[in-house]
Amino acid sequence: MAHRLELRDIHKSFGEVQSLHDVNFRVEQNEVVGLLGDNGAGKSTLIKIITGYHQPDQGEMYFNGELVHDLTVPKARKLGVETVYQERALADQQTLWRNIFLGREIKNAMGFLDIKKMRDETHRLMVESMGFTSLAVTPDSVIKTFSGGEKQGVAITRALYFEADLIILDEPTMGLSLEETRKLLEFVRGIKAAGKAAVFIDHNVFHVYSVSDRVVVLDRGTVAGEFMTADITLDDLMEKMMRVAQTGSLD
Amino acid sequence: MTLHTEHSASPRMEQSQELSVRLTRFARKNASQLGILSVFIIMVIVFVFTAPETFQSKDIYASLMFSVPLYGIVALPLTMVIIAGEMDLSFGSIMAVGMVGFWYAYDATNSIEIGFLVCLVTGFVAGLINGLIVVGFGVPSLIATIGMMFFWRGVVQVTIEGSMKTFFEARDSTLNSILVGETNGFWEHEMFWMIVVAILVWVILNRHQFGAHVYLIGDNEASARLMGVNVNRTRIMLFASVGLASAFAGAMSSLQLSTFFPTLGDGQLMPTLSSVFLGGTSVFGGTGTIFGTFLGCFVFGFIKPGLVALGLTGYWTQFIQGSVIVASVAMHIFIQRRVE
Ligand SMILES: Nc1ncnc2c1ncn2[C@@H]1O[C@H](COP(=O)(O)OP(=O)(O)OP(=O)(O)O)[C@@H](O)[C@H]1O
Ligand SMILES: [Mg+2]
Repeated sequence: MAHRLELRDIHKSFGEVQSLHDVNFRVEQNEVVGLLGDNGAGKSTLIKIITGYHQPDQGEMYFNGELVHDLTVPKARKLGVETVYQERALADQQTLWRNIFLGREIKNAMGFLDIKKMRDETHRLMVESMGFTSLAVTPDSVIKTFSGGEKQGVAITRALYFEADLIILDEPTMGLSLEETRKLLEFVRGIKAAGKAAVFIDHNVFHVYSVSDRVVVLDRGTVAGEFMTADITLDDLMEKMMRVAQTGSLD
Repeated sequence: MTLHTEHSASPRMEQSQELSVRLTRFARKNASQLGILSVFIIMVIVFVFTAPETFQSKDIYASLMFSVPLYGIVALPLTMVIIAGEMDLSFGSIMAVGMVGFWYAYDATNSIEIGFLVCLVTGFVAGLINGLIVVGFGVPSLIATIGMMFFWRGVVQVTIEGSMKTFFEARDSTLNSILVGETNGFWEHEMFWMIVVAILVWVILNRHQFGAHVYLIGDNEASARLMGVNVNRTRIMLFASVGLASAFAGAMSSLQLSTFFPTLGDGQLMPTLSSVFLGGTSVFGGTGTIFGTFLGCFVFGFIKPGLVALGLTGYWTQFIQGSVIVASVAMHIFIQRRVE
């Protein structure tokens, strides 16, 4: 079976800054890949290339074995990619339902919105997934006043609602309480159990180790190494991460 | 017995609570619009009581229906542009550019109808070009459209060389009476068209995906892009819609006089922008309503005749206009803060 996703020789620069250099990266059909690396290592840049937000300067991308050119966000979505971005990608002054359906509103062939359906779905998600219990919050609430964790909850719920089979999570535990973090990690395991794939980025090595099948370490824009979590202990992984930070090499 | 009363009382109490919650929510959600509505109502009441001869006669309302749409029709789509966090200052010049298109087509075909169609197309294309410049070169639209304001006015001057054009034959055309005629000697058709444009823009902004994207882009462009909104296309279409509306308003204004003055649209900037901001649209983007702008147009339109009716000299007009604008915008900001 073809890889769910494969990137070959990806290069990406922003002006003088070379964010990614010769990166090879793959995700299998039913695999959770953890992505580790220091601040500025290029993790977010890499996943934004996968989501079609950035175009690589060089390199090839294959989805289910097929070469894809000129990937855009809507195109990546059609290929089954959903993302929780590190910056959350919410619109603060808009209502909850508009944020849930941001960029892919439910509409008819003419482009007219089905607002009732979006409101109802948002209400359902609030009760079932977001754990909003306060009566003050409705699908029509503006999200500006939500807490950081609540906003993160909106971004996560949104990515899950659309039932993609390759889910990318860029620091999803940011701002979450212990209990919410536990639920999230449980959810990532659920992605695996459901036969789908995920890319999971987090600065917490414990989190990454506990949900990933494989860990890829990025360092200053290149892949420094990768491990099957089954083959390495958490202690060894931490030691290697420490060494990368100090010397730029895993061994 | 106690049980019984409790049973009958509680649903009613819940109902009234439910109602008050709903009312509060409605007021919060529409606070800005209720604000400008109050300003409007207070203004009308004040004028009706202090200058009854003027404001209890039909004439003043006919005259408002005749003049307000000339900037209102532009202010409505301009509201969308500003909600998207952009600005357009070139619409006055585009009113005249559209009429250049009208004049050439009319001159060639002797048909008012063809002239009008060409006028609309010209305005749309001029707006499209504005949009392409803003998006293509990444020039902030405030600056780009200052440039385009001069550019389009220059196009008008170069093409018709500063001369005014008359077309009195147009008076007898059906199109003329449809666009700028009146019904029962009172209902000015300009007003009808402004309502049509308002409904159209309202539907696009509130019920169509395009409008949803307008709010998102104005609120947080990066989020909109990350989530796959076609920001560039939306922006270009926004400027094109203002161009189209400007040409429409320019045609109306010229048909009212059966004359095209090359200075057409020169005094448009302030009434149009003021109406949008009076209506509570934020200059920072992300929020704003069509209802607000619609009322804003009339609040602005009422000031001048109101002052004249009160016997104040024309010197007072700008003084009061300025005060009302500043006070209204301050009110919107105050409301916004209180609601959040
Ligand atoms: N849009 C951009 N324009 C310019 N430089 C950028 C842009 N995006 C990323 N970079 C640069 O690319 C490098 C990698 O950034 P990236 O956000 O991918 O890192 P990261 O691994 O996600 O870091 P963090 O853990 O802090 O989120 C950084 O040096 C950053 O400054
Ligand atoms: Mg990052």
